[in-house]
Amino acid sequence: MNFAALRKLTFIAVIFTLAQLAVAQEPWTKIPIPPLPAFHPQEPKRIVLPNGMVIFLQEDHELPTIDGVARIRGGARAEPAAKVGLTGIYGEVWRTGGTKDKTGDQLDDYLEVRAAKVETGANDDSTTISLSCLKDDFNDVFQIFREVLRAPEFRADKLDLAKREAYDGISRRNDEVNQITHREALKLAYGPNNPYARVPEYANINAITQQDLVDWHQTYVHPNNIIIGIVGDFDSAQMEATLRKAFGDWPKGPAANAPDIHFEPAKPGVYFVKKDDVNQSNIRMIGLGTTRNNPDYYSIEVFNEVLAGGFSSRLVQSIRTAQGLAYAVGGGIGTRFDHPGILQLAMGTKSSTTVESIKALDAQIDQLKTRPIDDAEIARGKDAILNTFVFNFDTPDKVLRERMAYEFYGYPADFLERYRAGIEKVTTADVARIIPKYLHKDQLAVLVVGNPAEFDKPLSTLGSVKDLDISIPPPPAQMGGAGSAGGTQP
Amino acid sequence: MSRALKLAALALLLCAVCCAQDLASFEKRVTVKKLPNGLTAVVCQRPDTAPVFSFFTNVDAGSVQDPMGKTGLAHMFEHMAFKGTETIGTKDYAAEKVALQKVEDAYAAYIRERDKRVDRDEQKLKQLQEAWQAAIKDAQQYVIPNQFSEIVERNGGEGMNAFTADDQTAYFYSFPLNRLELWAYLESARYTHPVFREFYKERSVVTEERRMRIDSNPIGRLLEQFVEEAFSAHPYHRPGVGYISDLNSFSATDAQHFFDTYYIPSNMVVAIVGDVDPVKTMAVIEKYFGAIPSHPKPDERTTTEPPQNSERRVVLLDASQPVYLEGYHRPDYRDKDDAVYDALADLLSEGRTSRLYRALVRDKKIASEAEGGTGYPGVKYPHIFYFFATPMPGHTPKEVGDAIHAEIDKLKKEDITDEELKMVKTRAKANLIRSLDSNDGLAQNLAVYQTLYGDWRELFKSVDRIDAVTKADIRRVANQVFIPTNRTVGVIETVPATSGGAQ
Repeated sequence: MNFAALRKLTFIAVIFTLAQLAVAQEPWTKIPIPPLPAFHPQEPKRIVLPNGMVIFLQEDHELPTIDGVARIRGGARAEPAAKVGLTGIYGEVWRTGGTKDKTGDQLDDYLEVRAAKVETGANDDSTTISLSCLKDDFNDVFQIFREVLRAPEFRADKLDLAKREAYDGISRRNDEVNQITHREALKLAYGPNNPYARVPEYANINAITQQDLVDWHQTYVHPNNIIIGIVGDFDSAQMEATLRKAFGDWPKGPAANAPDIHFEPAKPGVYFVKKDDVNQSNIRMIGLGTTRNNPDYYSIEVFNEVLAGGFSSRLVQSIRTAQGLAYAVGGGIGTRFDHPGILQLAMGTKSSTTVESIKALDAQIDQLKTRPIDDAEIARGKDAILNTFVFNFDTPDKVLRERMAYEFYGYPADFLERYRAGIEKVTTADVARIIPKYLHKDQLAVLVVGNPAEFDKPLSTLGSVKDLDISIPPPPAQMGGAGSAGGTQP
Repeated sequence: MSRALKLAALALLLCAVCCAQDLASFEKRVTVKKLPNGLTAVVCQRPDTAPVFSFFTNVDAGSVQDPMGKTGLAHMFEHMAFKGTETIGTKDYAAEKVALQKVEDAYAAYIRERDKRVDRDEQKLKQLQEAWQAAIKDAQQYVIPNQFSEIVERNGGEGMNAFTADDQTAYFYSFPLNRLELWAYLESARYTHPVFREFYKERSVVTEERRMRIDSNPIGRLLEQFVEEAFSAHPYHRPGVGYISDLNSFSATDAQHFFDTYYIPSNMVVAIVGDVDPVKTMAVIEKYFGAIPSHPKPDERTTTEPPQNSERRVVLLDASQPVYLEGYHRPDYRDKDDAVYDALADLLSEGRTSRLYRALVRDKKIASEAEGGTGYPGVKYPHIFYFFATPMPGHTPKEVGDAIHAEIDKLKKEDITDEELKMVKTRAKANLIRSLDSNDGLAQNLAVYQTLYGDWRELFKSVDRIDAVTKADIRRVANQVFIPTNRTVGVIETVPATSGGAQ
């Protein structure tokens, strides 16, 4: 009897211990997670002027500041091949060159004493002009914004300075391994002369004239090509009146057309850039990605999260945590709004594990077949995306920027909501279907930037190797504009 | 005249309205509590914002505290803080604990043999290394890799990261508001029961980080040599990521010792910002962070850098384009002139009206970039006020150095203008206002100011200190500090690559 009692007790004790263990092992799962409070982010007010200018106004009264940006269709991808770098120069001189009334230096004085900024810049598909000020200075600062937007002067001394700075940038472009890798990866993904990949040379910059800047402005800066967004401590009705007054009289101009661009990814193989002053190789396996209006986009997003989204992803778990081969590792099927993103697997590893690492990345691609992504991984990926979803619109400024992007690229205004719904629907089978559609190991270009003296094995053990010449073409003998700048060899 | 008046009125208005109003408004929304174990919690409510929050855990210990021969240890612990606890990241902690001790014993035996100066037995060394690797493999069976990070990521953690600086170590991310208690559990657990699993793999990862940031980057290479030269005695001269020999030497036991010594509640400030209920949030923080065990503060004496009495210089012959850097020793952040240095940095560097831009870039056209700044490599101890410039093609580091010295001479001999001084002061106020617009930025500022001054309000008062700076202060400090014998120069001079590469 005693014995039986003891056995019973022991049995209970074991059950008890196990139950305790279950709680003790994953106590975090016991912490209550109440429903997230309802949150309806404030949408900006959208106004279209009769001349076609689109305006978004987003009130935010927390701080006494006002920020704004105008995005204008037409950017670097539309530059003539002989003048690559034109919009970069334009984007600087637009502001530094001043207005009809004030030189750029005078604008600097006027704005800085108010701790305000009006700045201009250029991207692949657009140029921008932004303002940032304390709200009490808005009228003064907006006046400058309007003048720079509508009546810039592109003074010659600032064109000269911008060209010198561009020469300096060219001379320094092979100093840092990351810059080299990024640039060469774009060329391999899109083609060496693709407008999203090409970079300016001395001769291109040298050829840019003041008239080019004036012409660019006249070609593109018309109200029907402009989207303006303003966020901050203002009254929308009053701000609308201000903007109508400032821009209502501006006649429509010709619409900016997106150029027809061809994408020619490099042939599969190994591409090598020799860099003697490093002890770490930068590795990229590269292909062409897709666009965000592709119905596969949501499955791709979940796949990317599983492959390389954070510490619990496959690439980080294997390449970094388990094998200790890299500090930085990542990748995925890249997407852009209006042109294909870049598909890539990327990492940096010590020179002596270069070939080993390429094989390790290869093995990760193979494993997508041999150890298919399972339901648990999909659940983790979807949780990560959906639970961070709120951070896409947690400030009025972010909501404004999202809306402006959708407007610019012709995406639906509720694209973010569609994104959430799209992610929620993704299944393990969806992800399994898209992987072979986009990721082909034998079609990737493998880029290595590194120091071959220390490689574990020659790259040629991986197949044929093409050496990439990244030397900088010297400046033309008679370089105008910046005189002595051409005198030195980089 | 009228312009100056307008400026004065503007400055006055800004100071009176914005800063006072901001501080008053923050006084109502910020709660500070020192827990019985010594940890300080700062909770800042931003009502009517999105249902999210950000936190910033600031540990008042950094690379300066790395022991001799074990540089990189503070940073190594920071990586370990993502490896889990006695409950997170393990299949069976009791067994894992035994296995991890075996790894340490095997490693110690291996290192003892490896570092013998005489009578090293290569055969035995190989066996010891294999035994160490076998012990690592054995311990690995208990690990659930990256489980800590996975919990954060799955629950919507945004921007999860950490950094180690010379003065501090910091941990941060943002979460949806309904994960407040989960956050408190996770964040307190990593400082209560951290487990140093997968240590030696992670050491390899950190070594790759060193290769990326320092060895394979020209500016990284220059900065490492520069601080070595500028500081001869104070630990600021050492690389935070560690020397390669130390990275190949220190152990998980060393990291545990570092953690035990410096990760004490009295060294920690946790700031949390968002649309949080201050009372409930403080209660959750007390419940979880109150359990971190406390013990007395360690001996934190360090050598004070002795006065420099001769110019020092490092010249890096490199395949990359030229760079010019120079630095002058200045006192630590508690010095009465701290705000004067901030004003100088702004005057020299901020925007196209700055002195260095106008002189070197716009007028002389000898540099593509020029700036001056303070707080390098940290602020807690006497540190460096630096000048940095990149020569335009065809111009040399010496030319930009001479031009910088000409600007320094002007600061010494002539007062800056009224307009310049007002510009600096207005900008300080505006920059403060702009810094208040994000949960994560605010959390960082509140935690750092609370740590450095024992009072987060200093974030606002720092602007008042800049407001009190006079033209005479600028001139006095320039004359005092920017002198050749107090100077360290670091340059990159271009030599062609041996082959291929950068050319």
